[in-house]
Amino acid sequence: MDLAELLEIAKKERASEKPVQVRCCMAAGCLSANSEAVKKSLDAAVTDAGLEEQVQVTGVGCMRLCCQGPLVEVKGEVKQSSVDKPVAEETLGTLYEKVVPEDAPSIIGTLTGGETTVQKGDLAQPFFTYQMPIVLENSGKVDPERIQSYIAAKGYQGLYHVLREKTPADVIDTITRSGLRGRGGAGYPTGVKWATVAKAKGDRKFVICNADEGDPGAFMDRSILESDPHRVLEGMAIAAYAVGANQGYIYVRAEYPTAINRLQIAIRQAQRLGILGTQIFDSRFDFKVDIRIGAGAYVCGEETALMASIEGKRGMPEPRPPYPAESGLWGYPTLINNVETYANISPIIRKGAEWFASIGTEKSKGTKVFALAGQITNTGLIEVPMGTPLELIVETMGGGVPNGGIVKAVQTGGPSGGCIPASAFNSPVDYESLAQLGSMMGSGGMIVMDQTTNMVDVARFFMEFCMDESCGKCIPCRVGTVQLHHLLTKISEGKASMTDLALLEELCETVKFTSLCGLGQSAPNPVFSTLRYFKEEYLALIKQGAKV
Amino acid sequence: MNSASAAQPKNSKTASSAIHASGDKRFKMLDATIKRYQYQQDALIEILHKAQELFGYLETDVLIYVAQSLKLPPSRVYGVATFYHLFSLAPSGAHSCVICTGTACYVKGAQTILTELEKSDNIRAGETTPDGQVSLLTARCLGACGIAPAVVFDGAVLGNQTAETVHDWIHRCSAECTKEG
Repeated sequence: MDLAELLEIAKKERASEKPVQVRCCMAAGCLSANSEAVKKSLDAAVTDAGLEEQVQVTGVGCMRLCCQGPLVEVKGEVKQSSVDKPVAEETLGTLYEKVVPEDAPSIIGTLTGGETTVQKGDLAQPFFTYQMPIVLENSGKVDPERIQSYIAAKGYQGLYHVLREKTPADVIDTITRSGLRGRGGAGYPTGVKWATVAKAKGDRKFVICNADEGDPGAFMDRSILESDPHRVLEGMAIAAYAVGANQGYIYVRAEYPTAINRLQIAIRQAQRLGILGTQIFDSRFDFKVDIRIGAGAYVCGEETALMASIEGKRGMPEPRPPYPAESGLWGYPTLINNVETYANISPIIRKGAEWFASIGTEKSKGTKVFALAGQITNTGLIEVPMGTPLELIVETMGGGVPNGGIVKAVQTGGPSGGCIPASAFNSPVDYESLAQLGSMMGSGGMIVMDQTTNMVDVARFFMEFCMDESCGKCIPCRVGTVQLHHLLTKISEGKASMTDLALLEELCETVKFTSLCGLGQSAPNPVFSTLRYFKEEYLALIKQGAKV
Repeated sequence: MNSASAAQPKNSKTASSAIHASGDKRFKMLDATIKRYQYQQDALIEILHKAQELFGYLETDVLIYVAQSLKLPPSRVYGVATFYHLFSLAPSGAHSCVICTGTACYVKGAQTILTELEKSDNIRAGETTPDGQVSLLTARCLGACGIAPAVVFDGAVLGNQTAETVHDWIHRCSAECTKEG
């Protein structure tokens, strides 16, 4: 396989594109709303109308507005004479929402001048127009189960370019200059991490993709894997070349069967074309990827616990240092990055470090994908440049709370994060600003809460989560979270005194500073942030208890 | 059964086509998986996944069998099987109903569904209905937050659920069983 062959596949794929594209979302949200049946009946409707020559029905990845699924997008027009002009990508198509299988004939009917009563979405609304797709540029456009579709979208050209024309040092330099930071939450500079693994000594090295998206309320990794699995594989292969690894693992949650299935298909297809395996693109670089399926343990998102799980052990974290970069999987130097981090690599290589560095804020470059959910009108995925104000995301893109409710807070970063009150919504979304507000970027879940939400209850909910998920290895986390949960329950039941509140705060500090891994260290965060902004709710519950 | 019996000789056609020594075909299928992973001890979790898929849950015999096949101490296999939420050491109901308790589902009423079920059906999360028909489980987050609250009925995810819809489904399962019986 060489570049000419790659371009030939892309050319062939584009030439086979029919003038009208009917795209049916086949990502988790829409699948659970029966989109598979919708696609089938769209196929049947095309055959019935005799339009097979001109209309192509494709199952694609996430189209982002999950709450209105199943989503179907129709692009292009049926022409009477045969068409040789491809559909311009820039023109907006028609988006149909909440499609049921019975709607298919009337949707296809519109192509030949018919009318339809199916609910139409507005692709020009702020939810879509403020987005800046880099990670999700192919999502909802390419067919995740066909490698040709990804290649036609310039896929694997970056990998070819890297293997044939660049040294590993060049690649690391490009990633460092791009300013990309880890998208798993902590925001460690990706280039620095790669350089450390590249420098580490070891006869074998590993590359791991952390797809153990355990944060409740976060689904962007799932969506990326389901919509564009090849993008992640390409990023991993480039990373492996840069650090000198020949074996990669993708650690995915078992709760994501569609993502696992599509990854398996993607790996098989890439191997068949010689894009994964030995002597990739006829270079001297070998790279093999295996999937490891998780078994339900939140702590496995922590890198040392994740590696223990890949080795077939209980997912218990180890104290660091040594960091995985020096001594990781089976003691060898290991590079671990999040799904979204790998998904950013291919565009950086293709378009250059300067292009990427020009997006975002001074310290947080590029875009971030957020999963917008909770009490909000438009739930779904958004990708916006770093630094976008929270208010724009929640009120303008998300459309605020449905039925005229008022936003009270936004919870970011899952159980490790915190609640940001509506009064701080003018703050831009980047690593530093969120940390200043006592929350964190986390993997990118954003849960909107309205006025009816009880913040003490929210803190208790997260503490219950951490208590259940604590692996039990270190005492502060194992015992501390149970006691914190107990105190929070006492407060929310109106049975607590001011002494309990003081105890709560003190214990939070202890758990934070003495736990072994990130789970325990960040478990008190939801309590800290609700105490910081909503202390009156705690006090009201205590006062109410004192009266009884 | 010892570990040697798990490694069937390649050339023996009769051995591979005959049923497993235990008389249970499922062990033979488990053997095939173990073999595919070349008896690697680090494939333990993958093999337990397969075992649970075959047997429905991880009974003690199966755990011992896996331990012997991989030459691992039984304590290690038991330790792993009990550490992860998805492995179950007890038989489950004929049907399963998994309620997502992720944050998005939580703020949209998943907790209410659970409390209502406790009241109306007298069943708690992690339990199976007395007729053995439905196991009620919870999941940490299904990643289907756009359609919260989400519930998985026998593997099919449905969104925007309420206590009534879940209650009705559980009753339908029980009713079907009575009809068949």
